[in-house]
Amino acid sequence: MSKTITIDGTNIPFTEGQTIMDAALAAKVYIPHLCHNPEFKPHGSCKLCTVNINGRAVSACTMPASEGTVVENKTEELNNERRAIVQMLFVEGNHLCPTCEKSGNCQLQAVAYCLDMMTPHYNHFYPPREVDASHPDVFLDRNRCILCELCVRASRDVDGKNVFGLSGRGIGSRLVVNSTSGRLGDSTFAFTDKAAQVCPTGAILIKRQGFSVPIGSRIYDHKPICQVEIEGKGGEHE
Amino acid sequence: MSEVKKIRIATCSLAGCFGCHMSLLDIDERLFDLLELVEFDRTPLTDIKHCSPCDVGIVEGGVCNAENVHVLKEFRKNCKVLVAMGACAITGGLPAMRNNIDLWDCFQEVYQYEGGLEGGQIPNDPELPLPFDKVHPIYEVVKVDYFLPGCPPSGDAIWKFLTDLLAGREPKLDYEQLHYD
Repeated sequence: MSKTITIDGTNIPFTEGQTIMDAALAAKVYIPHLCHNPEFKPHGSCKLCTVNINGRAVSACTMPASEGTVVENKTEELNNERRAIVQMLFVEGNHLCPTCEKSGNCQLQAVAYCLDMMTPHYNHFYPPREVDASHPDVFLDRNRCILCELCVRASRDVDGKNVFGLSGRGIGSRLVVNSTSGRLGDSTFAFTDKAAQVCPTGAILIKRQGFSVPIGSRIYDHKPICQVEIEGKGGEHE
Repeated sequence: MSEVKKIRIATCSLAGCFGCHMSLLDIDERLFDLLELVEFDRTPLTDIKHCSPCDVGIVEGGVCNAENVHVLKEFRKNCKVLVAMGACAITGGLPAMRNNIDLWDCFQEVYQYEGGLEGGQIPNDPELPLPFDKVHPIYEVVKVDYFLPGCPPSGDAIWKFLTDLLAGREPKLDYEQLHYD
């Protein structure tokens, strides 16, 4: 007999070694997340996938599933906290959706829609962040970086290049590039790298592709991310 | 025959492009239905210069200068319900793109270095409102009751929002009506 956990009262099967997030995704149950991508090692930093187990808040993407675990996911309280996290992400960067070519295909924006975020609520930091356009094929716009480290993980674990890393603390935390000048154009980065495809926001953008998909045909124009993530399992392309 | 008292609405555009107001006009023939229910106080449509006591105030645009703050505070003081309409009122929007550029550099670029200008001068008339070094969303200055995102919000989103509000319901946009761009 297979082992199960329950998420919001539904029995979800799992195999040993799977996290709560793995089991949920396999069973087509959506737990909001940004820094998690099943192709990479869990990071547990964005905290959007926080769920309750026995009254304790844990990250679903790093917590191993174990027999009989009772998980609360879609509660008003958790979604209120998730909305507050997304609001903080918005005010800690410079996320000006009308100016961004990722708009409509952006996971940060899509998660915010899903959580009914009507306002960023907190005071904006408008932090000074650098844009790096030195690479012939890729823009790096740190204004939109949410420090999820997906590009760090992809470059290190898949591309074997270690192009990216994080540096600094607090509001000064930023994505840095592994080249003597610190510029992307002087690194070994290529637009065909996995790290160029995984950014959930518009921080890493391939040049000469902007606005190629019209408004109305973009990924999240008609379907919320909770639906896309579940239906799009296997062979999704942006 | 007693006439039903109409809901009084004021609107204004601060550091915005009037795109949200254009979108308000995009509700098209539903404007006639709207006018059965509401009357307009200060708006760019009536050209009334100051806001008097109203039921609803709708503000487009962020706060980029001293005059914006005076207008916004007048709205807050006079309106029972204050609504932030559009990306600029809610996040600062496109005008906030200048927030990490020195104001003086900005002025020089626009009024002195821009191609085709000769003998360009930076405007410095005492009647001009004092610009701020950063553009802010209106909720960072006054309390805002409702938010209607979009750049601009579509006519349908504005209609849904207003009809909910006028019917005494908590405004709730459909998924496709909620967007930040």
